[in-house]
Amino acid sequence: MAGRLVVDPITRVEGHLRIEAELDADNTITQAYSSGTMVRGIEIILEGRDPREAWAFAQRVCGMCTTAHSFASIRSVEDALRIRIPTAANLIRNLMIAQQYAHDHVMHFYHLHALDWVDIPSALKADPAGTSEIQQSISSWPNSSPAYFAEVQRKVRAIVDGGQPSIFTNGYWGHPGYRLPPEVDLLAVAHYLEALDWQADVTKIHTIFGGKNPHPNFVVGGVPMPIDLDSDTALNAGRLSIISDSIDRITQFVDHVYLPDLLAIAPYYLEYAGIGEGLGNFLTWGEFPGDDIHDTSSFLVPRALILDRDLANITEPDPRDLDRLKEFVTHSWYEYAQGEQAGLHPWAGETAFDYTGPEPPFGQLEVEQKYSWVKAPRWNGVPVEVGPLARVLALYATGNEQTKELVDAVLAKLGAPLTAVFSTLGRTAARAIETKVFADQMRTLYGQLVAAIEAGNTSTFNDERWEPRSWPRSARGFGFMEAPRGALGHWIVIEDGKIANYQMVVPTTWNASPRDQKGQPGAYEASLVGTQLAKPEWPLEILRTVHSFDPCMACAVHMVDTQGEEVGWAASGMHVHLE
Amino acid sequence: MSDDGRRVVLCIGNILNRDEGLGVHALALLAPKLAGRSGVELVDGGVRGLDLLPLVESCSHLLVLDAADTGRPPGVVVELARDEIPLFGGVKMSEHQITFQEVLGLASIRGKLPPFLHLLGVQPADVSVGVEMSPVVAAVIPHVCDRALAILAGWDLAPTGPTEG
Repeated sequence: MAGRLVVDPITRVEGHLRIEAELDADNTITQAYSSGTMVRGIEIILEGRDPREAWAFAQRVCGMCTTAHSFASIRSVEDALRIRIPTAANLIRNLMIAQQYAHDHVMHFYHLHALDWVDIPSALKADPAGTSEIQQSISSWPNSSPAYFAEVQRKVRAIVDGGQPSIFTNGYWGHPGYRLPPEVDLLAVAHYLEALDWQADVTKIHTIFGGKNPHPNFVVGGVPMPIDLDSDTALNAGRLSIISDSIDRITQFVDHVYLPDLLAIAPYYLEYAGIGEGLGNFLTWGEFPGDDIHDTSSFLVPRALILDRDLANITEPDPRDLDRLKEFVTHSWYEYAQGEQAGLHPWAGETAFDYTGPEPPFGQLEVEQKYSWVKAPRWNGVPVEVGPLARVLALYATGNEQTKELVDAVLAKLGAPLTAVFSTLGRTAARAIETKVFADQMRTLYGQLVAAIEAGNTSTFNDERWEPRSWPRSARGFGFMEAPRGALGHWIVIEDGKIANYQMVVPTTWNASPRDQKGQPGAYEASLVGTQLAKPEWPLEILRTVHSFDPCMACAVHMVDTQGEEVGWAASGMHVHLE
Repeated sequence: MSDDGRRVVLCIGNILNRDEGLGVHALALLAPKLAGRSGVELVDGGVRGLDLLPLVESCSHLLVLDAADTGRPPGVVVELARDEIPLFGGVKMSEHQITFQEVLGLASIRGKLPPFLHLLGVQPADVSVGVEMSPVVAAVIPHVCDRALAILAGWDLAPTGPTEG
């Protein structure tokens, strides 16, 4: 083909994240604004459809969170129709959810967040023997010889010298904020490459339980995979053994690579234990239910609300509370029938687009007006943060022993007080800590599943209310999953067998929320204030904090100085999706 | 990658954004045409990103069906072979945005890009919220399926692939 052809497949993004920050004379952020620049609209697509097929659409909202949306969707229908799923089905779902945390968090750390802390080209300057020494001092992972790291270094050099654009050629490389010795950079690069191999093994759990990958099947009332130890097509002894091996691979990588790497990197960035806190308010819907999903006391991760860092007074938020849970659109490109100041519970939620912003591409958001496609959810009028830090705090404060031990051990190793967790570094450490807790939980869940099967509890599907004629004329349901990046909720209203209203409040809606009707900022917006930038045209510090939330969006960081003049643009990616 | 790897037709795109989902829409039409044929898997890659990497790397032959913005009129079908596919989106894409091109880029730097790799892309007309394709793109889906079958036939005629670079 003659000439240069640019192929630009429409990105998988469901939304882009744009951050605008105002800087003072010292390049310290005085105000930050977070904007989702693409609209979602799934709520409109689902109206009038069969509730049993909602998951198949909902899971397409996002490429990283298909499992989370599928589970939240089928749980919302089960809640509305009072369907209780069999014990084995619940255990299988919990195993899939636990796998999702490990898979997502490891990939987030190595594939996305590590680039904020690891200067990849610097790894080329490392002495492989030094990297080997570090590796052998932090864990018993077998890939630890000088020859192994020399080979990784050779591969990276070949890629860089090859000149093909890749993760090794884009980035703020050489930014003064990068502090790791080259030997630690090389360690992280090696594990970045190993993580790509590792993920092939760990997705087997979803392939088996979901019947297929990359888009596994889900079903209202249970799981689609029957259990029959004598059948070739069901969950049998052979498949159970593959799952068991996969669990081993997950826990080994978390124990010997992910957690040790976090502890090897964190000491060079301890100032981030005092940067990026944000709101100090946290919310979880909870996860890993026992047999009865309505019994929140059976959850491993509690359903919890933490206000003002107060770990001594945790309450349980009720997602059905029409007065306390509300979404506002004062600064969002939607209109409500009741007007600009109104807040609506998701069951009464409205999705009417009202784009009033400037014609893109534009210089600045109109932050005094509407400036985002993300709504502003609030709990009792207060903005909250969701995600790994919220979950770890909920586990810690309610006395989960393993979490307490891990948190205390990490803090001791870093020489930091408990208050250090309210930070960018705390968020990143919490992600690794909960990965360890949930990966270990997989072994427990697997044992429970095997015991259930041995006891003859092999049913995986409850068909009692499958037929719409068995449903009430109208019903409302709440479905949730603590998605890797935070509390996800789906609220469904069913009328005459069809979806009358469907609203999602996704983790990134909470965290990336714009200001509300009272002018209160969302979590990203609050977390960036006070951060000083070394090189505003390379806003690495902003990426570190925003990435620590694991946003489900692509990101363009846009810098504005106090005079309101544009000082620089830096397009920088995050995940390619908004949940 | 040897020739004993998988042969896969991978249909990707988001069915919630009209023409963006044309790859997945094409799958439905292609499935009956491939029903009697062994050795070729038809996979709905949907909106998945990085976790398509293991699948891509397991292939000796990979045909990707997707929406492709090549700056041409809506409905124009573009066919690209292995070395013509830009592996990263370049400066227009954000740095870590996991497009399918980045998945291919990762497979490439790992030396695991399928020896036989083709992309069939269609210029979208409408990627707004909705599940129906635009008429102009819906009308070319049968042609896309015919082109896909021709590429599969070409694989059968060329049993050995180019040397892996």
